[in-house]
Formats: sequence, structure tokens, C-alpha cells
Amino acid sequence: MKIVFLLLVIYVPGFSQTPSGEYLLDKIDQNMSSDSRVFTSKMVIHGRRGSRTVESKTWAIGEEKSFTEYLAPAREKDTKMLKLEDQLWMYSPATDRTIQISGHMLRQSVMGSDLSYEDMMDDKKLQTHYTAAVVGTDTIESRPCWILELQAKTKDVAYEMRKLWVDQQRYLPLRQELYAKSGKLLKRMELSEIVRHGKRWYPMHILFKDMLKDGKGTEFMVDDIEFDVTIPDYRFSKASLRR
Amino acid sequence: MLSLKLAWRNLIGAGLRTWLNVIVLSISFVVIIWHRGMLDGWHEQARRDTIEWEIGGGQYWQKNYDPYDAFTLVDSHEKLSADIQEGVMSNILTPILISQATIYPQGRIQSVLLKGIDPTQKILNLPAKKLATESYEIPVLMGTRMAESTKLTIGDIVTIRWRDVNGTFDAAEAKIVDLFRTNVPKIDNGQLWIPLDRLRQMMQMPDEATIIVTNPEKKNLPQLSGWTFRDQQYLLSDIDRTIKQKQVGGSIIYIILLFLAMLAIFDTQVLSIFRRQREIGTQIALGMTRGQVIRLFTLEGSMHSILAAAVAAIYGIPLLLLQVKYGITMPENTDEYGMAIAEKIFPVYSLGLVITTTIVIFITATIVSFIPARKISRMKPTDAIRGKIN
Repeated sequence: MKIVFLLLVIYVPGFSQTPSGEYLLDKIDQNMSSDSRVFTSKMVIHGRRGSRTVESKTWAIGEEKSFTEYLAPAREKDTKMLKLEDQLWMYSPATDRTIQISGHMLRQSVMGSDLSYEDMMDDKKLQTHYTAAVVGTDTIESRPCWILELQAKTKDVAYEMRKLWVDQQRYLPLRQELYAKSGKLLKRMELSEIVRHGKRWYPMHILFKDMLKDGKGTEFMVDDIEFDVTIPDYRFSKASLRR
Repeated sequence: MLSLKLAWRNLIGAGLRTWLNVIVLSISFVVIIWHRGMLDGWHEQARRDTIEWEIGGGQYWQKNYDPYDAFTLVDSHEKLSADIQEGVMSNILTPILISQATIYPQGRIQSVLLKGIDPTQKILNLPAKKLATESYEIPVLMGTRMAESTKLTIGDIVTIRWRDVNGTFDAAEAKIVDLFRTNVPKIDNGQLWIPLDRLRQMMQMPDEATIIVTNPEKKNLPQLSGWTFRDQQYLLSDIDRTIKQKQVGGSIIYIILLFLAMLAIFDTQVLSIFRRQREIGTQIALGMTRGQVIRLFTLEGSMHSILAAAVAAIYGIPLLLLQVKYGITMPENTDEYGMAIAEKIFPVYSLGLVITTTIVIFITATIVSFIPARKISRMKPTDAIRGKIN
């Protein structure tokens, strides 16, 4: 019996002191990625002249499909965005026009925030694009974390290196740092207000900070979220932008 | 000849009335020639500066490149063939690689265009040789307008963030090695110039370029497959169009000025015909035909323009020549106009401009003089001698 336990400790990552990077990535993806999700959220953009809040509701399937409808403020209300793979369509009620924006527009800032469209809609499974290794331990908000270093294994990723502070009990990153190829820190995300949704843990508050820019960053707050719900196909059609 | 003498005598005899008309008309002369000369001078300077600083003898554009669509930049790069490399070596061509980036001056975020240029190039006036420096930071050359908008100066360090050919973010520190002052805002506003090889390395685009500038002194440019040649006429068409619009706008001023001058001549003519009815009647009674009398009065009117040209020459030539020599200082805000405007514009007065203006004014003055003189044809000589008004 002792031998079986020892083998478990050695070979099953969950039982070992320091799990492998791949194991942690898998666990993180289980928490963060989903086949589909619907959520309402608030984005608080802290600028030089004050802060403003943008409310929205998003429907998303996997990595490719996402539909966002802005609910507030009045100026942005009924603005809709449809993302299908690397293309983005945006409907503006003020002009009653749908504009298709090239893939590079996805890298621009969303409404002056610290997030790009790509950041906001990014739900790619980390395992697909990164190799991971645990490089240390740390404590965030009294929670012990593993520091996980991710190196890109595909060329077309936005960030060649990421560092994740992964909660040792919940397998969820509490902090994430995104680095340039040169090793310069570009962005930092602080994930908090972790709640349980079925079998997964999910952060309801994320603070995004462009580390090269002055300012307090952008807060992203999830009001409510549902995972693995059935979303009809018409939701991701261009016709739904005008509805 | 008799009509000419009579017309001259009558004109001079009218005294102050004539000289007032002549002065007004001469001002129109000088202002029209000065304004046209200014626009021609600006046009010439803008074309010259744009050729020397930006376009050279024309440019080859990578087939996807569209300067008015920043999103095309990602796909607008191509490897230089051996022929092009040879052209670069023999100073016929100089390649420029263009890419989008973001800089963070004083913690602010600002989008820029990174332009890679060979520090040894001699085709453009851009002081690219200042980039030939070995440093850990990326050496950057920028225009004074860009320096002002970013509040950066020589020796300052700024972070640049960009995406390489695969879309992966990278960032590094850059050092401003020099500032240049140019009349061409299109190579200044929102742009950072860095060594070509450094940009190629940053973007992972070895031996690639977005545009290739040709040497304006070299003829028989090579045909480059995969590249679209844009000649000087194409690249200067924006400037030509802007100046043309300015000329059209200026024409309104000319019309107003001419209208005022012609109104004075017209009034003078109407008054002359009214006051000189006895003289007209006498001239017809003595054997002059109505047509001869009309010609005489028309000639008197049109002679205003000849006198005006002479008066304009007396004070206008020295004034305009002074401006040609010393130029006209442009106000500071014209720098933001978006087109090449020098600090001083030196007007260009061509002989064609002077002759055309003189002819236009002469013809207009003749027409304006003729219209009231037609009344003479309806006059009865007997009534005219008695001073009876028709």
C-alpha cells in the first residue's frame, strides 16, 4: 500500500509537491476555457480625466465566435461587435452601419482601455500555444501560488512569454504578466473575487494594466456568467448585429 | 493716331479723376501679380522640398502598400532582389521599411510609424547618417514637429512597442540621436526614423522594404517586378491639387479687386458721356462718325489700364523684387497645414504671369469703357450740341 501511494506521489502530478507546467496549464484551461459562455460585465476605464464605465453582455463559443452588445453608457448603448475567428464586425446605432474591421484592428485598444479587442476576446487554450514550467512559489492575498513560466511554442502568439501566479488549491491564475520578446513586461492582470461555478473556479474581477503606460489600468468586472450554455447559431450572424 | 492723341489729352485733362482710377487699378495689378507669384513660389518650393526630402525621382511601392490605409502596412513588405540591391549599392535606389508601433513618452501612449532608412543613403536630404551609431538603445531620428508633439528631445530615452512579422509583441528602449527640421510634414508628423537594418531585425524582415525611393538625378530607372512605380507627377499630385484650389480661391479676390476698379472706370465713363454731350455733338457735327466717337471714348477708358500698368510698375516692381530677395515669413501655425510650407516663401513672378495679367486687365477695362460709350450711337447730334439728355 505504501508503495502504491509513493508511486502516486511521484507519477500523478496532483499528488506531487510541484506539479508539472503542463498539468497546471491543463487545470487552468479547465477553469478558464469553456465550450460556450454568456456573461454580463462592466469595464471601468481609468483615464487621465477620470473614469468611465462600459456595460456589456457577451455570448461566446470556443475561441472563434463572440458577440458583444453594449448596454451602457447611453453613447455606447446598442453598439454590437461580432468576432468570427480573426475578423471583427462592429455595428454602430448612431450611423446604423456595420463595419468590418481587419484582423489588425483586434490589436487596438477597446474604447481607450488597457485592453485590446484581442485581449478581451482571447479565450485561447494556453496549452495549445505555450509550454510551461514551474519556476517558483509566491503568496498573493494569503494564497500560496506556483509561479508558472510560459514560453510560446507557436510563432503567431501575441506574447512570447507569460508568467502566471497559479493558486495552489484552485488552479487559477491570480496574477498574470505578459512579456515582450525582449523580456520587457508589457501587461499585468490581477485576478480576484474568485467564485465557484459548478466544477470550475472563475475570477469575477480582473484588473488590466498596461505596464508601459501611466494610469490605474482598466477593471473588468463580471456581473454574472453562465458556462456551456446553448447559444443559437443566429447569434453569431451579421444579421443579429442590426437586431 | 488722332483718336489716340485726343484720348490721351482728354484722359490727362480729367486730372484727379483719372489718377484716382489709375491708382485703384494699379493696386489691383500689383495685388493680383503678388498673390499669383506667392502661390507659384509656394508651389515651386513645395515640389522641390518634397522631391528632396520625401519622394526623390519617384518611388517603387510594394504592391500591397497604400499610404492612406495603415492596415495595409502589415502585408506591405518584400525582399529586395539582387537587381534592387545593386541599385542601392550604386546610389540609384534607397529602400525604406515602414511599420506601425507604439511609443510611451512620459507614460503616455502614442501610435507612430517606424521608418527604417539606410544611414549611408544620399538620395534624400534626411540626415540619416546621424543614425550610424552603435548603441544598446535603438537610435532614433525625428522631426521637430514630432519632437514637439511627444515632448522629446535629443538624448531622451523612450520605450517603443511593436509587433514583429508574426504578430508577436516586442519592446525596447530608443534614444533620440538627432532632430531634423524640414518643410515636409509628411516625413515628420507621427514618425520615427531608425536604421534600416535595425528595423529589419526588429520586425524579422531581413532584406525587406516597403518602398524604394529613386535618385532624381538618375534616368532610365530599372523595371522592378512585384513593385509599382509611382512617378513624381503621381506623388506630387496632392500638392498640385492644393495649389490649384488656392488659385481658384485667389481668383475670387482678383474678381472683387477688378470689379472695384472697373466700377470706377465705368462710373467715370458714364459721367464723361453725360458731361461731354456738347463735345460729342460737335465732334459728330464736324464730321466724325458715331463709331469714331465711340472708339475715342472706349480708348480713353482702356488707356486707364495702360496708365495703371505704368504706375504699378513704378512702385510694384521694387516692392515685388524686394519680396523675391527677402521672401515672406509665414505665420507659425501654417506648419500644421499638412503640406510643405517653408518658413519663408519666395514669390516667383514669371513674364507670362505679368503679360497675362496686363492683357486681362486691358481687355476688361476696354469692355467696361465700351458699354457706356454705346449710348453715343443713340444720340442725336443736334440735341447733343444743345445739351439735351436722351
